[in-house]
Amino acid sequence: MGNKGDKISRRGVLGKVTQGFAVLGFGGFLWGGALRDFSRADLVLRPPGALPEADFQKACIKCGQCVVACPYDSLVVAAPGDGVPNGTPHFIARDIPCYMCTDYPCIEECPSEALTVDMVTSDGKASINNAKMGLAVIHKESCIAYWGIQCDACYRACPLIGEAITLELEQNEQTKKHANIKPVVNSDACTGCGICEHVCVVEKAAIRVLPREIATGEVGAHYLKSWDESDENRIRSIKEKKESNGDIHSTLDYLNNLDGLIDE
Amino acid sequence: MKGLRKYRFLILRRLVQFTIMLLFFGANYLGWSLLKGDYSSATVLGSVKLSDPFAVLQTLATGFLVGTDILVSALIILFFYTLLSGRMFCSWVCPVNPVSDFVRWLRSKLTIKKKLVKLPGWVRYWVLGLSLILSLIFGVAAFEAISPIGFLHRAIIFGAGVGWPVVAVILFFDLGIVKNGWCGHLCPLGAFYSLIGNFGLLKVKHDVDKCTNCNKCFQVCPEKQVLSIVGVKSGLIISGECTNCARCIEVCDDSALKFSVRNMKKIKIFS
Repeated sequence: MGNKGDKISRRGVLGKVTQGFAVLGFGGFLWGGALRDFSRADLVLRPPGALPEADFQKACIKCGQCVVACPYDSLVVAAPGDGVPNGTPHFIARDIPCYMCTDYPCIEECPSEALTVDMVTSDGKASINNAKMGLAVIHKESCIAYWGIQCDACYRACPLIGEAITLELEQNEQTKKHANIKPVVNSDACTGCGICEHVCVVEKAAIRVLPREIATGEVGAHYLKSWDESDENRIRSIKEKKESNGDIHSTLDYLNNLDGLIDE
Repeated sequence: MKGLRKYRFLILRRLVQFTIMLLFFGANYLGWSLLKGDYSSATVLGSVKLSDPFAVLQTLATGFLVGTDILVSALIILFFYTLLSGRMFCSWVCPVNPVSDFVRWLRSKLTIKKKLVKLPGWVRYWVLGLSLILSLIFGVAAFEAISPIGFLHRAIIFGAGVGWPVVAVILFFDLGIVKNGWCGHLCPLGAFYSLIGNFGLLKVKHDVDKCTNCNKCFQVCPEKQVLSIVGVKSGLIISGECTNCARCIEVCDDSALKFSVRNMKKIKIFS
């Protein structure tokens, strides 16, 4: 950069530094913008044992060895344009769900600990049944069991039959003689394997597996199960929001002092 | 046979590149176990793990504490390419190399001389630095997320999307905009291995007494700046930017260039 004969002036240095930063800024903002888009993963189902999404994306080296290890070809490597960070593993439940191998070869093959046995270990015991890949959600209006037609395809197919999906009986209001046998998902037990979605008999599955982040709600600190002692712990773990510095007393006085009721 | 001798390293390189790709492909589609995974991380014979050290470096930059397994697997590759000379990955392994080589050949056949844009040599090191900074800011391995090398090899090995748009972008970029633009000016992985290559032991040696200044080596070299000593003085092609592709060795009619092992004691850092 610059010929030998060039005099080094203060302005010249300033210009060079500015130009350098401009090149970095140009590349950085362009590249950074692409990264924001490329790392969006809103509706993706990860293999069992995957770290929480943000950590998973840091850790996954995109080697595809979990995909090679998957005996059912459930796992696929995301391609550009799939809406999943490219090169990372995921599965599409309606196509091929996770069949929950008890020896989880995908986790075993992962070199980067993006998939780890720790994530399927509960009370010191590792089991694929502890996997939390997603959560099945039922759209009642398109579930024919809710209509009153007998169908328990998802219930029968569920690897945790009677735990993750249970059946609820209710009188059929139309015939008054028969029962509606309705599948209900128990979110504590559901692993998100997606077999229910895969077997659902209607045209577009009425039971679908969504990422837990999207399918679950959160109560927050305002409500408490007073009848459940363990719920107190939940509240304790939530950090209390600091009140603003607003003067509560003056607000209360203002409300109570209508027509000058308070004597000074 | 004389004709074939002129391409002996080129043929060997294509063989090595093709074999590695075939082994990865076979592992995914046919269940072979010799080399499983892809160019980011792989397992040899179901036991030894190897990883791309630059990818692991980016992972570290995101703030993720990597495990010992992957750290060791990356260090093995780092050590391997330090012994050989960093950018042997570029010319002997990387799947983008045949594309880049093809464009250079096409440029010479079509006698395209004009460079639309001329990029200075330091750009790739800035891209390297930027990829680490962006990994830190965005919490994802920044180059791995957009790497055309990754797009291409995953398209071939796993059928993840189509690879040809990536090939087309590099092809048109190199052909129309910047000569040897991707591999020689932008690729941060090439920059990473260039830095490692400064410590490399396997180097091309030049004998100025045999040199007839025929310029053939300059015509085939993808990184001409590394040949600065040719015709000037004897010695090793020391620059880490040399990919050890050995094209210069095979085209030299005067035996003025050959592979040589550097004396370890004489390594001067960033000389």
